Amino acid sequence: MTLDVRLPESEAAFFGAAAKHVRSDGRPRRRVRSWATPYWQASPMALVFFLFFVLPLAVTLVVSFWRYSEYAIIPAFTPENYAAVFDKCVSGLPNLCTTFSTYLSTLKFCLIVWAVTLLLGFTIAYFLAFHIRTLTMQLVLALVCIIPFWTSDVIRMISWLPLLGRNGLVNKALLGLGLVSQPVEWLLYSGFAVTVAFVHLLTAFMLVPILNSMLRIDKSLIEAARDAGASGWQVLVNVVIPLSKTGIAIGSIFVITMVMGDFVTIGVMGGQQIASVGKEINVETGYLQFPIAAANAVILLIAVLAIIYALTRFIDIRKEL
Amino acid sequence: MTSKMKRRGMTRRALLQSSAAIAGIAGTDTVSGFPAVHAAEAVTLRYLGTAVNQSTDIANKVKQDLGITIEYLPVTSDVVTKRIITQPESFDMVDAEYFQLPSLVPSGNLVGMDAKKIKIADQITTVLTKGLIDGKKIGDQGTAPFKVFYLEGKHSKTFSKTPTEWLSLIPTTYNADSLGIRPDLINRPIEHWSELLNPDFKGKAALINVPSIGIMDAAMAIESAGKIKYGDKGNQTKAEIDKTIDILTEAKKNGQFRAFWTDFNESVNLMASGEVVIQSMWSPAVTAVRSKGIKCTYTALAEGYRGWCSGFALPRSLSGKKQDAAYEFINWFMSGWAGAYLSRQGYYSAVLATTKKFLAPYEWDYWYEGKPATQDIHAPNGSLMEKAGAVRDGGSYETRMSRIACWNSVMDENEYLITKWNQFIAA
Repeated sequence: MTLDVRLPESEAAFFGAAAKHVRSDGRPRRRVRSWATPYWQASPMALVFFLFFVLPLAVTLVVSFWRYSEYAIIPAFTPENYAAVFDKCVSGLPNLCTTFSTYLSTLKFCLIVWAVTLLLGFTIAYFLAFHIRTLTMQLVLALVCIIPFWTSDVIRMISWLPLLGRNGLVNKALLGLGLVSQPVEWLLYSGFAVTVAFVHLLTAFMLVPILNSMLRIDKSLIEAARDAGASGWQVLVNVVIPLSKTGIAIGSIFVITMVMGDFVTIGVMGGQQIASVGKEINVETGYLQFPIAAANAVILLIAVLAIIYALTRFIDIRKEL
Repeated sequence: MTSKMKRRGMTRRALLQSSAAIAGIAGTDTVSGFPAVHAAEAVTLRYLGTAVNQSTDIANKVKQDLGITIEYLPVTSDVVTKRIITQPESFDMVDAEYFQLPSLVPSGNLVGMDAKKIKIADQITTVLTKGLIDGKKIGDQGTAPFKVFYLEGKHSKTFSKTPTEWLSLIPTTYNADSLGIRPDLINRPIEHWSELLNPDFKGKAALINVPSIGIMDAAMAIESAGKIKYGDKGNQTKAEIDKTIDILTEAKKNGQFRAFWTDFNESVNLMASGEVVIQSMWSPAVTAVRSKGIKCTYTALAEGYRGWCSGFALPRSLSGKKQDAAYEFINWFMSGWAGAYLSRQGYYSAVLATTKKFLAPYEWDYWYEGKPATQDIHAPNGSLMEKAGAVRDGGSYETRMSRIACWNSVMDENEYLITKWNQFIAA
């Protein structure tokens, strides 16, 4: 996909390696720039990045090799924390160790939530981009999708509790209609409840990037496909989906990272009965076991990066941008 | 009635103050009402603790009586520990629990409290100082306050077995915890801890998801069911932890638990919504459920209670005016008003004699003597808690305290416990 929007110079500089290339693409150079220009242009962002991302991450990595006691952490270089995280993971097979079963459960949520939000996000975006004629209406409807996000996600999550509970609205309705004779228990504090809340919280993160991609699709491409005799399905599969790939990838990254790192939603909706890596880290830091929490965080980071790496194998986001 | 009157009185006073302030701003001829001079002298104390002992009513009363501003930093008990260890400069006083002390004191970030500066330190109840009630011994499993009550010196990192001038904490509130139940949904008497794991309540039980406390409630239930006989429930061996977690995991897999909770309010919601009919609970949570008009009892169980106690400590860095203000505040706290206030929420206070002075006789009889209420019992916020004729669950102070079986604790095998607990949650 080629965009007719050219990146401004400063943004090109931000992408570092590409900077020189962009600068020389046919534009007359009016003034001589020093080789340092892209570097100082990128430096504010680099500084923020370094202070708030690289540095804390480095500290986490270092601490993950330290020892700890009940009230102190002790500089050292020991693989013990990692060994503790993977304790009995291989020797205990086929019984899953805590870490494996936690990741398995989180990955399961990841997959289900990703699939549902993708389906919903894509369908809604498609409707907004291709079936709504006026820009005003598109904006209004897009806002309708996003306005709930003006409140905190905790509030949106908690509002499910009175709906799904044993004496909640849904159960009252089911009982009232005579569809069930006993309240349905699995509606709340279950995997189902967690999935519902995640879908509710994260669909917009899928919707917005996909909508953004779709709005940039040149309508004449679709007309051309129609003229060439493509069916509606063929247009969708061969034109719309390939051209929305960037949005899908970005939305997927949002959803996957958020589900992988979550512990609040899983905690509240799962009645704290469902494990999550985030909760494990939370409990460990609560008892001042920072090194093992750091080791867990590093492993989580590696897991998430691996998923995103796999994703970018399918879609080269940088190229597509 | 009295609390209602007090509230109304305070509102009126507040109204007068604010209208005076407005008048002061409006009338430019005088600046005498302007609080600049006073503000220069005022001390603000940053008070770190769980929300348990923190209330705006107390802060307002302190401001009125002493002129000290209390700035609450309400956090969970985990965060209290974390802040003491990692950011001891971020607060001026802290309300911690005795069971946390073995992990806090060795850091040296807290100092011993000077008993000589506490006017009525010698009147602190023997339940906490010696583990005695009317000369009778009470349960000492776990980190009982009387095991960690004294330090060897102001900056000592070890506890003293014999009384010294240096107190590790000045006790604020304490209580005997039990299981909370919904009698209207259970319809039969609950007399043993083992009921928590009784399959009758499948899908309707809850447990606190704080490893060190949850395991104690579980141990009370398991021991009551006769499955394990513990040496010390508050300091279990690895083998005991293993067996306990195995039994819990089996119960979890059988769907015994509806949910786990970490936050006080979660336990209130679980109970009030009827999701749960029996669970670990704290006494003010029971009070909160009841004040919604929902039946909820804090049952007295045959095996006894799990005790806990929290208290004030000062950070090492505190000195000068702030330190004086902190001691002044603590002395005020022990002088009765605050004790009475917290007693009306179901806690006990460290010095009974002063608390008694600030409670109406019928209130004292209800909360401390275990006698039927001769008048309606109201919560500090004025809401009706009990109608006349009600008796406190578990009876009098003496009965409840004498039946403490174990205390909140941090075990020697704490690290192992947390690993196993995470395993249990993941199972």
